[in-house]
Amino acid sequence: MNNAMGFWHILFGRLTWESLPFVKAWLDPTVSEIIAAGAGGIVVLGAIATFGLITLFGKWRYIWTEWMTSLDHKKIGIMYMILAVIMLSRALIEAVLMRVQQAVAINNPGLLSPDHFGQLFTTHGTIMIFFVGMPLLTGLINFAMPLQIGARDVAFPYMNSISLWMTVGGGILLMASLVFGEFSTGGWSGYPPYTELAFNGGVGPDYWIWAVTLSSLGAMMTGINFAVTVYKLRSPGMRWMRLPLFTWTAFCTAILMIFAVPPLTIATLLLAADRYLGMHFFTNALGGNMMNFVNLFWLFGHPEVYILILPAFGIFSEVVSTFSAKVLYGYTSLVIATMAIALLSFTVWLHHFFTMGQSAPVNAVFGIATMAIGIPTGVKIYNWIWTMFRGEVRFTTPMLFSLAFMVTFVIGGMSGIILATPPVDFMVHNTLFLVAHFHNMLIPGMLYGMIAGYYYWFPKAFGFRLSETWGRIAFVCWVVGFYLAFTPLYVLGLAGAPRRTQEFFDPSFRPWLIIALLGALLIAAGLAALFIQLWVSIKQRDTTRVPVGDPWDARGLEWSIPAPPPDYNFAVLPQVGRRDAFYWRKQNNGAYKPADHYRDIEVPKNSMCGVLVGLAAAACFFGLVWHIWWLAFCGSALTIGTIITRSFMRDVVRTIPAAEVEALDRRWLETAAAALPVPRQLELTPENEGLARCQPK
Amino acid sequence: MSAEITDPELLQAGLNVAAEPREVREHAESDVLGFWVFLMSDAVIFALLFSIYGTMGNATAGGPVPQHEFKFHSAFWETALLLTSSFSYGMVSLSLKHTRHRIWPALWLGVTFCLGAGFLIMEVRDFLTLFHDGATPERSGYFSSFFVLVGTHGCHVFSGLIWIVLMGIQIAMFGLDQRTRLNLIRLGLFWHFLDIIWVVIFSVVYLGALIK
Repeated sequence: MNNAMGFWHILFGRLTWESLPFVKAWLDPTVSEIIAAGAGGIVVLGAIATFGLITLFGKWRYIWTEWMTSLDHKKIGIMYMILAVIMLSRALIEAVLMRVQQAVAINNPGLLSPDHFGQLFTTHGTIMIFFVGMPLLTGLINFAMPLQIGARDVAFPYMNSISLWMTVGGGILLMASLVFGEFSTGGWSGYPPYTELAFNGGVGPDYWIWAVTLSSLGAMMTGINFAVTVYKLRSPGMRWMRLPLFTWTAFCTAILMIFAVPPLTIATLLLAADRYLGMHFFTNALGGNMMNFVNLFWLFGHPEVYILILPAFGIFSEVVSTFSAKVLYGYTSLVIATMAIALLSFTVWLHHFFTMGQSAPVNAVFGIATMAIGIPTGVKIYNWIWTMFRGEVRFTTPMLFSLAFMVTFVIGGMSGIILATPPVDFMVHNTLFLVAHFHNMLIPGMLYGMIAGYYYWFPKAFGFRLSETWGRIAFVCWVVGFYLAFTPLYVLGLAGAPRRTQEFFDPSFRPWLIIALLGALLIAAGLAALFIQLWVSIKQRDTTRVPVGDPWDARGLEWSIPAPPPDYNFAVLPQVGRRDAFYWRKQNNGAYKPADHYRDIEVPKNSMCGVLVGLAAAACFFGLVWHIWWLAFCGSALTIGTIITRSFMRDVVRTIPAAEVEALDRRWLETAAAALPVPRQLELTPENEGLARCQPK
Repeated sequence: MSAEITDPELLQAGLNVAAEPREVREHAESDVLGFWVFLMSDAVIFALLFSIYGTMGNATAGGPVPQHEFKFHSAFWETALLLTSSFSYGMVSLSLKHTRHRIWPALWLGVTFCLGAGFLIMEVRDFLTLFHDGATPERSGYFSSFFVLVGTHGCHVFSGLIWIVLMGIQIAMFGLDQRTRLNLIRLGLFWHFLDIIWVVIFSVVYLGALIK
């Protein structure tokens, strides 16, 4: 018996039958456990269905060669987006579940056990930040930024693939936690002592540690990649002050990733040192200091907010300028404001813990620094308003999201100024007021931007437009749902309702909590509308194709190439003489011209190394979570072995001959010549083939 | 020594890409820049480990204290070994620039490896002595931060040694082709970076403990 147990332990570590939610629900059939088992079941069935369908349609080869092993920045960007959407669906369902619980559990325990509720808010936060926000913006930057600067790819395509698959690996760990064991209950910020060995010796915090570590490693490499790409791969003449604003924000985000992500890696790894090696970084005993964790975490956490928001600012700049048919107002001030925000974001981290015992002057300094960030952000809002002023504004879906962002974000900013005042913060700290505030920043400031960018660049990526009708339906659901879901939380927070609470005891909270639940349901409907939009748009794609590639009469270089773009992006690298170079060319009869001379183009060959590295690292970390040491060893050996093997490969590029490039380019130019130019007013009609009619200014 | 040295070559002696087409040069430039940026990120990691170490200075929790435990002679010789290895890596770069034959860089790589391995062996021996004296990372917050800071540097040196071996194999297999050169330049940056970190560790950790 003992021998069998020992053997089991070597093979499966801490994993037992009782780790499975199905077994737990069988042994203890409460609603909470049954919901957990249901979630686990969805993951298992979803995985089986995905694998089954791919096998049924015989698409494995296609998915492997065209997508998974691809080093093309556009495809990697799209895969990031797919990961984000899958994770967003899960985290949004969790949000609805939490809203249901709080609406029900007033003076009664409700549906979910406290532990289950703790896991829900932890996974919701962790997923939304690391596996929705980060992949969304990384995906869009990956797709659009190299096109905007006239590059053929990012600087390190293979590292790009590793970053993607490490992030996917982290997502897999999070999904695995639904089926094997449980997740952390320490919140997305993972504060000790909740996550320390003495308080929680289970696998939950370990899942959090390793999923976040994987994601942070991926983000750090992504930051290096983007920064070097913008630094070195701009096409001739693309000077710094000619960069599109989205590229500027991508560059600032990349810098933030390079400097702000290491503190997170350190925080999670030192916590792991405490938990695995018995060290004393953040423990109560023997000299540990948990404030170090809090400082490390927010040294990352605050810049992270701007990592999430800056790219969306860039998208709004592009969208507002395009759909107002005007040059961006105050380009220079927007660039300076972006840089100022990036810099200031490193000076405010302490405002996340005003109540943790610093002296009043220290709090005051950080409070003032926090308020100072409002200034460059305000500059941006005025820039966008002035860009629209006297422009030919078209209220398309991305424009609607941009407008909703401007209004909603200013409200969130106001509550941020309130929270930045330390005495006020002492009153509302740790209440739902804070929850309302940061959702009020991140939903308009990040998610609306990403939806706008998704709609805006979708025709470029796939060659057809998204359904406008369903876009508007989604817009109404998101915006109305947002206000219903989060305005009540301001009220509740001021009334003293603490955050992360599984049960309330004040009946006067109930009406507000029910309104918030309705809002959450409406937001879920908004996500459903986006899925329907995608489905409907694919169905009717023959009427919305834009092969010429410029459906919105837009300004940047990314619109000067076919939709979808060829592997090498640009048949010849464009010469840039001014800002909005493509718009100027259209105005001056310079667009859609064949090149004098075509050359061979080298593009990176596909590689399975990225997939192997990411998935092996995930396997290693899964082994660490469950103390399955052989798996951890094999996973890390495979990760390192793959990286070493790849360094010995010399045959890593594929040459596309000049003749092929020329043939493709000429065929596209013929399409453009045959297409009917449409004026902006008709851009949503089937007549739009992606060729804009040149209109006098 | 002549006017034909172009900008990227001036920046990265040893790359010898002056005669290559522009795209190759630019590619080389962005590869090297990427590694510099990585080192900046890595420097942030060490900076944070140093600050954690700083806050843990008195967290010995009644256990062993550094001024009694550290072997300063050993730390001195470790410093000497690592600094010398940085010099010998400088010779790798110079021989890449000035000689055509692959034997010279390979030889100096070998010297660097021996010096680095010597450093690492001494460091591990020091750690074992500390363990034997009860100064383990589980004993106190101070020793947790000490072992993680110095150990992270040691892990970097260890991966640098593996990298040196791999580069030796690649020089034998591929000669001094473009990618081997690039990797040697990057390995050099890495190795010198570790040297700088060690100088700070020696000053802050070992000399700092001596002041007490």
